[in-house]
Amino acid sequence: MKTIRTILCCCGSGLGSSMIVSMNTERALSSLGINGVSVDHTTVSEVNVNSADLFVVGKDLGYVFKDYPRVIVLDELMNMNELTAKLKDQFAA
Amino acid sequence: MLNFIINILSTPSILVGLLACIGMVLQKKPIEDVIKSTIKTIVGFLVLSAGSSFLQSGSLLAFGDLFNYAFNMQGVVPNSEAAVSLALNDFATSTAYIMALAMVLNIVLARFSKMRYIFLTGHHTLYMAAMISVLLSVAGLNGVMLVISGAMLLAFMMCFSPMICEPTMKKIVHTDQLGFGHFGGVGYWLSAQVGKLFKGTKSTEEIPFPQRLTFLRDTTVSISLTMMIFFLIVCSVAVGRGILTADPEVILASYPNLGGLLNVGAETQTNWIVWSLTSGMSFAGAIYIILSGVRLIVGELVPAFRGIAEKLVPGAVPAIDCPVVFPYAPNAVLIGFLCSFVGGILGMIILIMANANLTPIAIILPGVVPHFFCGATAGVFGNAEGGYKGCVLGSFVHGLLITFLPALSMFVFSNFGFSNTTFSDADFSALAILFGNFINMAPGLPVFILCAVVYFAPIMMYVFSRKKKPAEVTEEEEAALAGR
Repeated sequence: MKTIRTILCCCGSGLGSSMIVSMNTERALSSLGINGVSVDHTTVSEVNVNSADLFVVGKDLGYVFKDYPRVIVLDELMNMNELTAKLKDQFAA
Repeated sequence: MLNFIINILSTPSILVGLLACIGMVLQKKPIEDVIKSTIKTIVGFLVLSAGSSFLQSGSLLAFGDLFNYAFNMQGVVPNSEAAVSLALNDFATSTAYIMALAMVLNIVLARFSKMRYIFLTGHHTLYMAAMISVLLSVAGLNGVMLVISGAMLLAFMMCFSPMICEPTMKKIVHTDQLGFGHFGGVGYWLSAQVGKLFKGTKSTEEIPFPQRLTFLRDTTVSISLTMMIFFLIVCSVAVGRGILTADPEVILASYPNLGGLLNVGAETQTNWIVWSLTSGMSFAGAIYIILSGVRLIVGELVPAFRGIAEKLVPGAVPAIDCPVVFPYAPNAVLIGFLCSFVGGILGMIILIMANANLTPIAIILPGVVPHFFCGATAGVFGNAEGGYKGCVLGSFVHGLLITFLPALSMFVFSNFGFSNTTFSDADFSALAILFGNFINMAPGLPVFILCAVVYFAPIMMYVFSRKKKPAEVTEEEEAALAGR
């Protein structure tokens, strides 16, 4: 699969929780030693399959992304361990 | 030169840009990041103002006029984004100062009181700052006094709202390291109390529930759908009452914003149904623009705020926006939305009857956005305390609450041209009503003193509890330092 260069974190209005998730993602990436990936956040209104290489959402919005090739669906939105582990899997794939 | 500096410090967009700039410099970010953040924040503010004028000219003012013509009542669409964009027309400078100072005071309060919350929902900080600016200027405060008292009040709310949600929040996320930061706190608290009546009921997540309504989480879609329906209903009543056959000049004299519907000065004749549909969707378009602006501003300010706060407050608990609880109970999210919405419709009917029989009161329409986000959260809170019964009844009561509270708060806001829209979430209206009444009794200096008391009381309590039982508190602090 294509290398991951962009990650987009999404929520309903793209203001609050997705922004915190994107900050967490940046921290997780640097703890994994991964550089050169741009992380941003937005609303589900704005995304399509081509908006990014990888998407990060909470379980409640997993339904919207069910046809996307690369998605991280978080059971606990703020759980750093879960996020880091799932990111590691995605980058290893 | 002095004039130039004063001009910079009173131009809201540049002021907000300066804040972002200071935040980045304090974090010792490289110069290119500082420039990027500063510019994006300023552009965000300008985008927000553009959205505001499009909202008013494109749909909001026409909707108000039309509602008035059709029903002889004041119809209000509760939408915080719309309300903020109106408030910023007149109160942008004080809003920016209040927001900045409140973030600093939030850090102080979290450091020196038992409420260790750092409120990271930046857009709600901005909205509440705007609401408080309006409220306190009604109270007769201005200038430095307004900014200081507003910031103290806002900083208090930034810790208080997460605090009242804390007991139920702990049951939802199974940790006390995560706070809940969304200014609908009063509503969620109420829903949780209602939920407690049904302790031990089966959780919503144990019953199958279709997830298809999730598409309404897309705010552009849900606002478009509801506003098109609102416009169609109101417009068909107006047409039934002969608005199209009457003399346009006469109608425009009392309802100046209906030129689009009446095709005044237009070459092509637009059908009223087409007009209703496009007006409804342009309301959604305007909110989309406003949200993009807010996203640009908040996206630059909050990371800086978080970085600085985490350095200064040992054991700080981040208070996060409402969708943080949604993954824990996706069924409760949808059930909560539906029940809150039903509550909103019933509440509206009650308001219409009250308006006809008792006293003139604003009619609060059931906006899908507040019912979706706040209703869903109320559902999750109700479910955490009392299963599916708690979820249904808790969010239903919440739906009534966010209909009646804004209706009552309109008495405060209508002085400031908020005739067609208002803040939707519970804490905004609750604070406006509480303060609105106090303000009527004692405007001016007493309001300033009240804000100071509210802010310093938790700090005093903390300091005194430390003096009395030093050993216990030190232990707590050590645990906080070590554990978090």
